Amino acid sequence: MVKFDNVGLRYGADAEVLSDLSFTLFPGSFYFLTGASGAGKTSLLKLLYLAQRPSRGSIRMFGKDMITLPRQRLPDFRRRLGVVFQNFRLVPHLSAFDNVALPLRLAGTNEAKVVKAVSDMLEWVGLSHRAQAIPATMSGGEQQRVAIARAVIARPQILIADEPTGNVDPEMALKLLRLFEALNNRVGTTVIVATHDVHLLKKVPDSLIMRLAKGRLSDPTGALRYPPAPKPKIKTKSTGPRPLPEDPR
Amino acid sequence: MNAPPVTQDARTETSGDKVGSGAGLLPQTWFGGPIPWVIAILIALVVIAAAGGLSFRNLAENARADLSGAVTVQIAEADPQVRTAQAEAAGDALAGHPLVTSVRIVPEAELIELLEPWLGSAASSEDVPIPALIDVELTRRADRQELAQLQLALDRALEPLGGSARVDAQSEWLRPVYDALAALQYLALALIALVGFATAAAVWLAARSAFANHRDTVEIIHLLGGTDAQVTRIFQRSVLRDAVFGGIIGLLLGLGAVWLLGQQFAALDSGMVAGGGLGWVDWVVIAAIPLGGVLLALITGRITIGLALKAML
Repeated sequence: MVKFDNVGLRYGADAEVLSDLSFTLFPGSFYFLTGASGAGKTSLLKLLYLAQRPSRGSIRMFGKDMITLPRQRLPDFRRRLGVVFQNFRLVPHLSAFDNVALPLRLAGTNEAKVVKAVSDMLEWVGLSHRAQAIPATMSGGEQQRVAIARAVIARPQILIADEPTGNVDPEMALKLLRLFEALNNRVGTTVIVATHDVHLLKKVPDSLIMRLAKGRLSDPTGALRYPPAPKPKIKTKSTGPRPLPEDPR
Repeated sequence: MNAPPVTQDARTETSGDKVGSGAGLLPQTWFGGPIPWVIAILIALVVIAAAGGLSFRNLAENARADLSGAVTVQIAEADPQVRTAQAEAAGDALAGHPLVTSVRIVPEAELIELLEPWLGSAASSEDVPIPALIDVELTRRADRQELAQLQLALDRALEPLGGSARVDAQSEWLRPVYDALAALQYLALALIALVGFATAAAVWLAARSAFANHRDTVEIIHLLGGTDAQVTRIFQRSVLRDAVFGGIIGLLLGLGAVWLLGQQFAALDSGMVAGGGLGWVDWVVIAAIPLGGVLLALITGRITIGLALKAML
């Protein structure tokens, strides 16, 4: 699904912030990206969500070479990704509803379907009552949930989340993680969560861990190069997270 | 799953907010910025310059039409009787020429009346010889060669009488005036070009500034899968609104100024100035100026945003 080969990234003439990254992300897997502050987590995520091109190496996503892909073709690939940014990056003058609706509207989805899908999604993240609130009037946790709803509304093939639990209390952090798990288990979305919270890693037992240190990735077990074992099918439990809303497409 | 909890009101409010049309993604500032007013002033200047240029063109064309098909023949002879004979011979020669439609020997009394304001009673005395003048209407505007042929015909007719005549094309007298009018027309065109350039520059600056202010929103739209065309449409909408507003206000301001100037010139009650009036085609051209301004603003905005987007991934 995603293959990095000997990728390096530098900003301007500075030293490389990422060096010699080689790994493969397999469909339906759940990855944690860890590392100390300044290790290069956000830079790696930027490469993954196509906000940045590497200085060297090769990146293939969905079978295409992202290095040589013309920029006008990037939107097609970005629409297959869902991103939860570290600082949420909600459009400040749009309501929660319109922020969540943005990926669908950009993809040209019928407005009636948009209204239905966004309403369901806001209910799913427990923000129906805040549908018309603008980000400035929302708490950090509410903004985070809007950002997550926006990231998953179009059923991305890959969900990338940069410190998604950084601004919420432990209870909400766990709840958000369960949302990602549900997306991973029930829809088959590949999830990559960047975090420096080591306690979070134990909460998703089947997850794979990518450790970044000084811009280099450690992969002592080779887990990032070989496909993981197939997951057991999740049975519907009454205690599990609520089912995801219908696919708007 | 239960019914969506969003209220009917919320649906109504959001249903019109389509990304395809670019509505709502940028905060709407209703003519709060200076750009619509700058465009209004620039359009007003173009309207005034265009009206001036068209007026000068009409003035020159009307004057040229009146004078280009006419020549004046002058016979300078001190002896009144000989002068009269020469004038009649010249008139006969001219009347038979194929280029000539009418010949009028200006009566001496009329000439004296014309000269009296400058010469006083001396104009009617025999002490100051007054040349004979013949007004000649031609079938069309004569070129230099045809005027030379006319001169030759006169020389042949007057040779037996020992006299000579001089042919003056009336349009030649006014050549400096035509040149001045042409210069004013070019000046008006240059002014329109400069103001057009200034309009494009103002829109370019405004679009760049708007793009810089909303760069974060543009990046989000891009990262969520928005295309350059979608982003451009968002800004185009804003540019279009400002340009239409500026165009309408500018047209009204310009028309007001043109009307006032027209009133001032009309008060001169001069025949030549009356030739500079604007026809309906001219008014259509002037009315089209805001459309040109809007088009220019849209093209400039599109190019500016397109270039800014190309600098992003």
